[in-house]
Amino acid sequence: MKSITKTFPGVRALDGVNFDLRQGEIHALVALVGENGAGKSTLIKILAGVYPHPEYGGEILIDSLEKRFANVREAEQDGIAVIYQELSLVKELSVAENIFLGREPRRVGVINWETLYSRAQKLLSDLHLEIDPRTPLVNLGIGQQQLVEIAKALSQDARILVLDEPTAALTDAEVEILFGILNRLRSRGVAMIYISHKLDEVFRISDRITVLRDGRTIDTSAARETDESKVIAKMVGREVDQIFPEPHHDRGEVVFEVRNVIVEDPAVPGKLFVDRISFAARKGEVLGIAGLMGSGRTELLMAIFGAHPGRKSAEIYVDGRLVQIKQPADAIRQGIGFVTEDRKRYGLILDQTILRNMTLAGLRKLSGRFVTNEDAEAAAGERAAGDLRIKAASVFTIAGTLSGGNQQKVVLAKWLLTNPRVLFLDEPTRGIDVGAKQEIYAQINQLAEEGLTIILVSSELPEVLGLADRVIVLHEGRITGEFTRNEATPEAVMSCATGRERQAA
Amino acid sequence: MTETSRTGRFKLRTSALRAYTMLLALVVIWLFFQWATIDQYHPYGLFLGAVNFSKLLQQMAVTGVLAVGMLMVIVCGNIDLSVGAVVGLAGGIAALTQGWGLVPSLAAAIFVGLLIGAVQGALVAYVNIPAFIVTLGGLEAWRGVILRLTKGATIPVELPFFRSLGRELIRPRIGLGLAIVGIAAIVWTNIRRKRARQRHGLTALSVGAIAARIAVPSLVIVAFIFLMNQGGGVPIPVIFLLAVAIAGAFLTANTTFGRYLYAIGGNPDAARLSGINLKRYILVAFCLMGALAGIASILHTARVGSASPDAGTLMELDAIASCVIGGTSLMGGRGTVFGAVLGALILASLDNGMSLLNVENWAQYVVKGGVLVAAVGFDMFGRRKS
Repeated sequence: MKSITKTFPGVRALDGVNFDLRQGEIHALVALVGENGAGKSTLIKILAGVYPHPEYGGEILIDSLEKRFANVREAEQDGIAVIYQELSLVKELSVAENIFLGREPRRVGVINWETLYSRAQKLLSDLHLEIDPRTPLVNLGIGQQQLVEIAKALSQDARILVLDEPTAALTDAEVEILFGILNRLRSRGVAMIYISHKLDEVFRISDRITVLRDGRTIDTSAARETDESKVIAKMVGREVDQIFPEPHHDRGEVVFEVRNVIVEDPAVPGKLFVDRISFAARKGEVLGIAGLMGSGRTELLMAIFGAHPGRKSAEIYVDGRLVQIKQPADAIRQGIGFVTEDRKRYGLILDQTILRNMTLAGLRKLSGRFVTNEDAEAAAGERAAGDLRIKAASVFTIAGTLSGGNQQKVVLAKWLLTNPRVLFLDEPTRGIDVGAKQEIYAQINQLAEEGLTIILVSSELPEVLGLADRVIVLHEGRITGEFTRNEATPEAVMSCATGRERQAA
Repeated sequence: MTETSRTGRFKLRTSALRAYTMLLALVVIWLFFQWATIDQYHPYGLFLGAVNFSKLLQQMAVTGVLAVGMLMVIVCGNIDLSVGAVVGLAGGIAALTQGWGLVPSLAAAIFVGLLIGAVQGALVAYVNIPAFIVTLGGLEAWRGVILRLTKGATIPVELPFFRSLGRELIRPRIGLGLAIVGIAAIVWTNIRRKRARQRHGLTALSVGAIAARIAVPSLVIVAFIFLMNQGGGVPIPVIFLLAVAIAGAFLTANTTFGRYLYAIGGNPDAARLSGINLKRYILVAFCLMGALAGIASILHTARVGSASPDAGTLMELDAIASCVIGGTSLMGGRGTVFGAVLGALILASLDNGMSLLNVENWAQYVVKGGVLVAAVGFDMFGRRKS
């Protein structure tokens, strides 16, 4: 792939990316995940024909011939198969039916089941997989389903196999099986692009490593000639932005503490999202939680807030007092607010007004226990909209029509109107424009100065480092490092985030 | 926020726009039937005359009461297909328990409805069975229970006062009294609202706006009472419907409960994370639906004069159709009590008007079905354009 560029309205997602792949190698693509991604998903979608030819710039060459895929089908015909994080299998069908979905061997329009199952059996045994092709997919674990997806890709004679975070949902044993298969495929001459931010895995499996950042190729080097520290340095770059005002938070006593939070994946018993995490935060402190996608950040906050079905244990102390939080209402009563990730899904009721959204969580306090007082609500809402500088015709504007930044401010206002003492912010600036980001940063600092305790989760490293007084780093559900503001360098934090424990200082 | 945005005025929301469109449609339907029923005895038409209009409203009372309950269930993202069977069962219970006296027998009907609502609501909210399935099961099962209890027989209503609930008119003087109370309430709430806005520092509404807010509903009330009194008075079932509609409108628009119902239907995840106990409010919505089905069963049994085993059949669909015609989204989160009652009024007007014109039965069904689909189709078209 040469000089690939791709722009979305207002954003240049890819800017002249070069990427090449040789027969029978595993080429890892590592990147810092951040706002709008570093460009790896976009790059993959271009290769897979999701974004057809004229929508991107640059060229795709296969065996030195330029290819212009008009759709996914054409890319598949040229041997490109992508295994996305979200599996594209039909749970109700059997393994064999899934492998040959839409391409079932037929005789005069009737499916030839004998051929179907025997061919599926052969594919599976080629991969040394002991799965009965007649098993319904639902009976398999996520890991095995992923392996079925690989079998499906191979049944289409894939020459180029793209794996997007293939180990995110796998247990250690399943990772081993996957790596065994990838090694066999490599010796068969299949070329693979392996996308991951788990550096230990990347170094184990790949021949070459390319780092993407901000839509640009930063570097490609042979795995043997580089090491984790060098890759981390390239992932984070040297530019910790100057955009963050130096905060002066008066840190008071510990007001919020959690001990022993354990969260299990409800879909995969035994797999822990969060593995015995404890932390404490002081009044007026911004505690940053860094970690890559899948490290358990969101699950940790959800569990504390009483909103995660997989929570196994959690001791929560507010002002040193053990409190019971079984559901979000309990958390709100204890003065905890939660600006969730994915505002459209978890934060807003898109077809209601700004005002209705802003007053939802604190309704009883703002309005009345049973009979509502819309004028009191409107007064509080207009004040909050003014304070946060929400740009809209009025508080009666429908929330779904706002820009991302203003929507985020509405969610923030909703929680501020509950009068919280502890505020969780999960990816508070994802997908919003730079100006709104600045305003939210300023707001975070101001709130901390007013004495609010803020727990900030972000996958944008500069954001965490710029705002937090203290940073804890998660990797695979455990704390791998803790830093004060002065100690926290991008390299050190990223190193912990990719799985290296921090040595005791 | 700019200064101009602080006037407190707001644009018509889609649901409100839909209600006004439907109001217009209702007027067109009424004028059409009025024109079509002109003959030598009725030079100005028969349809909107006191006698016929009073009959029309009596006919819509049962559907209207059910539509108010259905609205609450649909707004929180559910559905209740069992209400027709519940009307049949609760009506049967009321007829069977007449020996206990009037009040106990009516209370029994309402209690049975409430109990069924509680059972179905609990299965939906706490056992996570989809409402469609639970209430489809209810539709079958409660009809079976009726057959067991009545042994397939039709039970006549014998208590005279019970019968009168479905047919009698209240005295014109009482109607007038109610009208005065209603107008006084409208004036009072508007004055209170004006003071409250001042207290919260919001821009006051202009005198003209307040006058309009008082005058328009007052005129409607006065016109309604005069028309009804011309025919002898307001029918009792219509009083029931008005009471239920006012209570339902207040509950959905002016209480935290109502606000939570819309939030749950609009985005259940966001509602849950905002500390709303989804299960509890869904259960309450089903309980209210059940109790209202009990009230509807009393009106229906009283009007018919007997409880038959197949009473209430297909009423659930009329109630759902009323909500949908009135702008309720079956996906939840959108709809008003006003719209649902308006929808019931449109359906009843079509029924009544076509009967007056001796439209054949088959054609009546086709027209009603067409209106339902057209109302939603129109809405979709309007939304896509905006």
